[in-house]
Amino acid sequence: MFKHFIMLEWKAFLRSASLGTNIAMKIFMGFFAVYFMVIFIAAGVGAFYILKEEGYEPLATVNKFMIYYLFADLLIRYFLQKMPVLNIKPLLTLPIKRNTIVHFTLGKTALSFFNWSHALFFIPFSIVLLLNGYNTINVVLWHLGMMSLFYLNNFINVLINNKNSVFYSVIAVVGGFGLAHYYELFDVTTYTQPFFQAMYETFFVFLIPMILVAATYYFAFNYFKSNLNLDEGLATKSDIAKTQNFTFLDQFGTLGTFLKNDIRLLLRNKRSKTTLIMSFLFIFYGLLFFTNSIEAYQSPMFQIFAGIFVSGGFLFTFGQFVPSWDSAYYQLMMSQNIQYREYISSKWWLMVIGTLISTILASFYLFFGLHTYLLIVCGAIFNIGVNSHLVMLGGAFVKTPIDLTTGKGAFGDKQAFNFKTMLIAIPKMLFPMALYAIGNYFFSQNIGLLFVALAGIIGFAFRNYVFNQIEKIYKREKYATIAAYKQKN
Amino acid sequence: MIQVNNLSKTYNNGVKVLNITNLDIPKGQSFGLVGNNGAGKTTFFSLLLDLIQPSTGFIKNNSIQVNLSEAWKPFTAAFIDESFLIGYLTAEEYFYFIGDLRNQNKADVDALLAKHEEFFNGEILKSKKYLRDLSKGNMKKVGIIAALIGNPEVVIFDEPFANLDPTTVNRLKKIIKELSENPEVTVLVSSHDLVHTVEVCNRIVALNKGEIVKDIETSPETLKELEAFFAV
Repeated sequence: MFKHFIMLEWKAFLRSASLGTNIAMKIFMGFFAVYFMVIFIAAGVGAFYILKEEGYEPLATVNKFMIYYLFADLLIRYFLQKMPVLNIKPLLTLPIKRNTIVHFTLGKTALSFFNWSHALFFIPFSIVLLLNGYNTINVVLWHLGMMSLFYLNNFINVLINNKNSVFYSVIAVVGGFGLAHYYELFDVTTYTQPFFQAMYETFFVFLIPMILVAATYYFAFNYFKSNLNLDEGLATKSDIAKTQNFTFLDQFGTLGTFLKNDIRLLLRNKRSKTTLIMSFLFIFYGLLFFTNSIEAYQSPMFQIFAGIFVSGGFLFTFGQFVPSWDSAYYQLMMSQNIQYREYISSKWWLMVIGTLISTILASFYLFFGLHTYLLIVCGAIFNIGVNSHLVMLGGAFVKTPIDLTTGKGAFGDKQAFNFKTMLIAIPKMLFPMALYAIGNYFFSQNIGLLFVALAGIIGFAFRNYVFNQIEKIYKREKYATIAAYKQKN
Repeated sequence: MIQVNNLSKTYNNGVKVLNITNLDIPKGQSFGLVGNNGAGKTTFFSLLLDLIQPSTGFIKNNSIQVNLSEAWKPFTAAFIDESFLIGYLTAEEYFYFIGDLRNQNKADVDALLAKHEEFFNGEILKSKKYLRDLSKGNMKKVGIIAALIGNPEVVIFDEPFANLDPTTVNRLKKIIKELSENPEVTVLVSSHDLVHTVEVCNRIVALNKGEIVKDIETSPETLKELEAFFAV
């Protein structure tokens, strides 16, 4: 029976839409994957020596921060690792025992990237420990204990999947500990570190995570088995809908009609909500730059880079997928009496509003001085005047359908990669950086800012021209776009 | 109203899925398109709506060649499949959206919805559901009524009877018959179901592998003739 399952999985993998992209993309993704593996392995090898050089006992230090590592892992899993329940449906009516199905589904999660990727760090780290004279048996036991902890996370994630209240309270507690640790109020690691250390020092503590893995597996198994019905565990949740008419937008005519829809699009779909959250996080990206915490980020060019990103998070994450946001019903749009101009300006206005809101929210940067906030404001002007056009021009070439109902793919994955979009993306960042650097170098900081803002205003003057170009692309690519959007993942 | 001239569609793999030398659908006709799976019904409608490009020939809708000008859009409405629905809207929002695009105010749309309240069977309006969460049949009802907003002169339904319950099918037949009684409105319907099509259409064209194999005015004998044709 398992042989059949494995065959199914293999085919699902080979024939998945993400693998079916073009060969250049595959190579690129391959490089990306190798790059990350190398980074992980290098971190595993390097951690020992770096920590030692800094005067820390390497194993004890890793054990100290293990608690945060584990919870960060859980956090990432919660958002990204999905339970593969949907593919179970066709199996239910076949003559297969329920236990087999559940065992297989749970077993499958064990092979996930989220589990074995940690081995890329821990195996080299353990080997380096051995090479440096740590006791072999103890290191092996410690290693087994660590890997068990990740599997524990795996099954905890299965159990708390979609239980937001549990999840957020755990995160709040751990986040609280982290802050308390940072401000030296209370150090939770003094209590947790001995536990992880004991996995190395004793012969039995490593059994605790293993027993816990078995226990969580048992619970997950029972939970799944009892919920293996179409109307319970496998049911797709549907939201309670309420009609929102946004009548105040009626005064803008057709533009208002589209804006209304776009606002609903943003608020009611998982994928677009992820985009909103990401745009919000972008606002805090500037903290890395303006707190002077990273040396390389202190040059003036990177300061304006930060200004562009802080105000432009929404513009970039949303704009790069115009018109793919409407891919699910693009046929409808193309057979309705729609003026492209109104459609494009609606998206443009949405990006402008998003940029303005980000800029206002970012006003807390005034705390770092007026100049810092001016960087953001000028970044916003440049975003509205120039980048909004570039982003939409790039988006016009992206022909990947977006599945609004899943949060997947929001992290700028392969969908955004496309030679033309890459080419258009370069000036978005480099151009303002160069302008600011020139102004700053020859005159003063403020002249640099003025240059960036002026470029934005000049770009704004080209609005009609750019809209015409985008319109032409939409028209030229109409059939190809419709055909591409029809292909479901 | 609709003229088809030397229309053909060939895909890259060399398969010709549609080939119509000549077809003329006069204004006010209710036109039924029947055929097996793969006969080219949906392809024909997609070409009529300029969603795909013809390999040769053209279609004129009210003297406007559909792949050259967009001027046919204001008086043409269609429901092909669920990809014509916007999943994250409620039914009301969707109707008002289509209404806005067709220059109908809220009152016009409300009047139309009130007229078809029976058709919705109380499961659509104020159902607190987004369209994506409706059943297939209810989605279809929404799409069909949305296509009637703004008094279009050309109405296109692809497989409107599929997935509907018997009562709704009868109500839908009533709606289509009413539409076809209006001499200004041309209705195009495709279906696998010969009985339904014969009942609502006054002309029936049968497609087989992209070619027109029958073109008949509906009469009492039509059904028998068609059944004989599709008999195994």
